[in-house]
Amino acid sequence: MSEPVLDVRDIHVAYGAVKALDGVSLHVLEGELVSLCGVNGAGKSTVLKAIAGVLKPVSGQILLAGQQIAGKVPEQVHRLGVSLVPEGREIFPSLTVAENLRIAAFGTYKAARFAADLEDVFGLFPILKERYRQPGGLLSGGEQQMLAIARGLMSHPTLLMLDEPSLGLSPNMVDSIFELIENLKGRGMTILLVEQNAERALQLADRAYLLSTGRLAFGGRPEEMGDLVDIASVYLGTHGEGSKP
Amino acid sequence: MTLGVIVEFIINTLSLGSLYALISLGLVFVFGIMQLVNFAYGEYIMVSAYVLYGLGVFTDLPWPLVFLAAVLTGAIIGFVSEVVAFRPFRGRSLDALLVTSFALSVILQDTVQLSISPRSKAPPFPDFFNQNVTLFGIVTPLRSYLMIGTTVLLLVGLSLLMRGTVLGIAMRGASENFTTARLMGVPANLVISTAFVISGLLAGIVAIFWTARSGAVEPLMGSAPLLVGFIAVVIGGMHSLVGAVVGGFAYAAVANVLSLTLPTSLLSFRDAFMFVIVIMFLVLRPEGLIRGSYAEERVG
Repeated sequence: MSEPVLDVRDIHVAYGAVKALDGVSLHVLEGELVSLCGVNGAGKSTVLKAIAGVLKPVSGQILLAGQQIAGKVPEQVHRLGVSLVPEGREIFPSLTVAENLRIAAFGTYKAARFAADLEDVFGLFPILKERYRQPGGLLSGGEQQMLAIARGLMSHPTLLMLDEPSLGLSPNMVDSIFELIENLKGRGMTILLVEQNAERALQLADRAYLLSTGRLAFGGRPEEMGDLVDIASVYLGTHGEGSKP
Repeated sequence: MTLGVIVEFIINTLSLGSLYALISLGLVFVFGIMQLVNFAYGEYIMVSAYVLYGLGVFTDLPWPLVFLAAVLTGAIIGFVSEVVAFRPFRGRSLDALLVTSFALSVILQDTVQLSISPRSKAPPFPDFFNQNVTLFGIVTPLRSYLMIGTTVLLLVGLSLLMRGTVLGIAMRGASENFTTARLMGVPANLVISTAFVISGLLAGIVAIFWTARSGAVEPLMGSAPLLVGFIAVVIGGMHSLVGAVVGGFAYAAVANVLSLTLPTSLLSFRDAFMFVIVIMFLVLRPEGLIRGSYAEERVG
């Protein structure tokens, strides 16, 4: 594999005076599923938001297929091939499923492709076809998550970032979401996955990173993670300095 | 109460409500996207009204062109003010944007005051505008019906834009969740500029009918429609375009009911009664008649 799809080099991000990321480096190769783990507040979502252009890093580089994207605005990053499925799904509640999907193709819309893309998404999520004319706000949590992921796929991303896709879903729905992620991986999709459910995420991942209070505590093969780092200590907050309990 | 009074009430409410609905729509278009109450909105109306006056008095342009110029002026000033005044402060606090809109308002007022005149002027209108017509036995100036017709056309056009075009869908999405819309590739500048252009267009149209009613233009004339817009928006709801329209008509209905029912001795206090109703809305139903869906979030 030549150049990584995504190459994050030593980024620092701050919310005002509060440091959120203190020099994080990670990369994702083509076709890989990389899992980013860590407790609440470790900075996982911050990493994704910095990549997507929602947050501007104070310093450091973010390279997408070799091209510098740090400092670009979200709509530019999206056009270059990055899809972020945000935490909490962020469906447009009063827009129909159809309109939600149409917006998702805003920057990359090609008339010749759109119908086929819709069929593709309906193949993955048949429920969205049934609910096509309903407002997104009336969907169940699991259906909203499906819609959120479907939106993420509409632009044919070269990198799909999923932020806590199983959060707040029923156990059944969690299973189908993980099945879907596996399915997408099988299609060769390059995925950066942030998950609370580290165990499930690590089963799927080719590689994993562990964040602890804004720094990387580990990066490597998922099965090594347990050997090298005392995951429990990271999750229970005894690892590193200033960790939250 | 006779049938005639009822019909007259309905016609008056529809025409006044149309005007108020357009005023508040112009405010809500920008507010929906940016969470910004644009205090310079009244001045968009004022500047458009002055174009109406200037072209009407000093040129022989045909009326359709004069009206078109006034409306386009509103759109242009909306667009330019966004790019020049608001865009540089967009990443800052909402307070910075609010102060910017105040500053823009004062600058436009003073510019007109100094370069034209602080005194009011009477713009000419085509005769048919103020001609009385008799419909259902009620004598009303034709402009009332023009107002209603224009508003119906505009509301149909705007709802086609907002529901039937990708840009409109993107704007509705952006007003619910701006960051997520950007994450889907919707350009912030495009959506915000469009909101200001539509707001300005509405201001230009309001300028024509407001001035036709009042018969005068003056540099401080923008504050009255701005106040109307605020009240309509408080009644109808700040977070949906439908709410803005409903608020405009509700305001006109309440104002007309007060005019009809208040004893003559209290009629001069009509606005005071109106404000009491507005305060009751703020206390009892601060989200307005139409709640709308929105995220408590702003452009950053």
